[in-house]
Amino acid sequence: MTNDFQDLYQDIVMDHNRRPRNYGELQDFTKSSEGFNPLCGDQLTLYVKLKNGILENISFTGVGCAISKSSASMMTEHIKGKSVAEAIVVFGAFRDMLTDNVRSDFPTDILEDLEIFSGVSQFPTRIKCATLCWHTLNSALSEQNIVITTDDNNR
Amino acid sequence: MLDIYKIRKDFPILSRMINEKPLIYLDNAATTHKPKQVIDALVDFYENHNSNVHRGVHTLSMEATDMYELAREKVSNFINSETTQSIIWTRNASESLNIVAYSWGQHNINNGDEILLSPMEHHSNLIPWQELARKKGATVRFIPMTDDGTLDICDLESLINKRTKLVSIVHVSNAIGTVNQVKIICDKAHSMGALFLLDGAQSVPHMPIDVRDLDCDFFVFSGHKMMGPTGIGVLYVKMDILNQMEPMLTGGEMVLEVTYEKATWADLPMRFEAGTPNIADAIGLGAAIDYLTNIGMENIHNYEKSIIEYGLDKFKELGNDVQLFGPKDPALRGAVFSFHSPDVHPHDMGTILDGMGIAVRTGHHCAMPLVRGLGVSATARASCYVYNTIDEIDSLIVGLKETVRYFKDGAKSDI
Repeated sequence: MTNDFQDLYQDIVMDHNRRPRNYGELQDFTKSSEGFNPLCGDQLTLYVKLKNGILENISFTGVGCAISKSSASMMTEHIKGKSVAEAIVVFGAFRDMLTDNVRSDFPTDILEDLEIFSGVSQFPTRIKCATLCWHTLNSALSEQNIVITTDDNNR
Repeated sequence: MLDIYKIRKDFPILSRMINEKPLIYLDNAATTHKPKQVIDALVDFYENHNSNVHRGVHTLSMEATDMYELAREKVSNFINSETTQSIIWTRNASESLNIVAYSWGQHNINNGDEILLSPMEHHSNLIPWQELARKKGATVRFIPMTDDGTLDICDLESLINKRTKLVSIVHVSNAIGTVNQVKIICDKAHSMGALFLLDGAQSVPHMPIDVRDLDCDFFVFSGHKMMGPTGIGVLYVKMDILNQMEPMLTGGEMVLEVTYEKATWADLPMRFEAGTPNIADAIGLGAAIDYLTNIGMENIHNYEKSIIEYGLDKFKELGNDVQLFGPKDPALRGAVFSFHSPDVHPHDMGTILDGMGIAVRTGHHCAMPLVRGLGVSATARASCYVYNTIDEIDSLIVGLKETVRYFKDGAKSDI
């Protein structure tokens, strides 16, 4: 496998793919949101427990490829306990990392271990896989209850 | 015996490297590559004969018209049509199907009528009929499918009845490779007064086709899946039916006489070809037909049979790691291997195989209800053509084994 492909399927990605964290429906969620990737048939449901602007708990269910599953798994770990405002900042940083080809100075203090997904930017057809969970989160946190499809969100 | 390595030399793209590996192109059900002969025909047309057809009296226009109509004749002979008047140029098989739904369907499908399809139709042979049925108050019904992906025709008696006006079936499934036994379905349709449409997009490129022997009323296919250019397709309709059909598009090129009040239509097949047609690509498809005829469709069919048999055997080596869909009998399938691994999502499979230079298709293959019915969200599909080799099948199997191992064992293995 060439370096690009090794970047894409790092051990940590494979580990989260095999053993996704925070997988399953939350019993006491306050918001949920659904995301689809119609091209691959990937589907994701996010459950969020919001209290006083803090993401107290978060989980997901769904079917998807290793990239989308590990991205969702790591996202839930990353933002659990953060405020909505903080989560939206991470979303922006994550999205920019995958779609802004000019920049290479990712805000590592914000992204932390999510930086391992930077290699996905080399695979334009797979960017949607990594960002599906984030767009779905963004929808859950915004007041609109819309179903997210990656067709509307090419980034 | 075909000299596959000699054939491969005609395809410039087959010498490309992908991710530092030689290209192994196994996405032929999506589109095929073009031999130098087809590419040269396109260049020759634009460099030496470019002009509009059926219009001018000047030399270039006459040359272009002759070349364009010669290509139509080649198509006509290739599928053994009785006359070139039955051959209508379209953009692709999808457009051909939409013309039938509009020009024939609008006038012949009524409230309470039934249209019978198979569950393995490409969306292009499903949605036009759903739309037509919705507008007309007709019903779309489906022939059931067995577990091995063949059509269950035991109950054909009740499926095709007095209300059935059209039976429209795919000849070879693009998603799982089934070769449908269409003769018996066609005969039954005709015995009940229904018409029979055959979608030949995946059959014409791979086997000899005789529309008169098949006795289909409509036959559709695309040029680009048979070594021709994109943007050119064919609709064949039996003359007595075509004579009754009204054109879908009107305008230039398709008229006999025009006044400010009304117009009369040109003769067949021009009546269905409004506007300047895709002249160059029609000529390119003619060159592709010459190329295929030169190899021999029977030879191509037999060679691909050997690929299918070999592939089916090799997939067995993967055991339970990979589930292969479609008929187990090589006689009932085309060179399409659609599969799913419980350990590797098809998109990861597709990306990793691409890293090995192997191009496969992943997804629902424009047959979403069918793939859902298989109990998976997507499959990976390797589809072959006459330029694919046994060695390439071996590389695919090795790639699959390595990918599955990597996803199962993670860090312990390397790919």
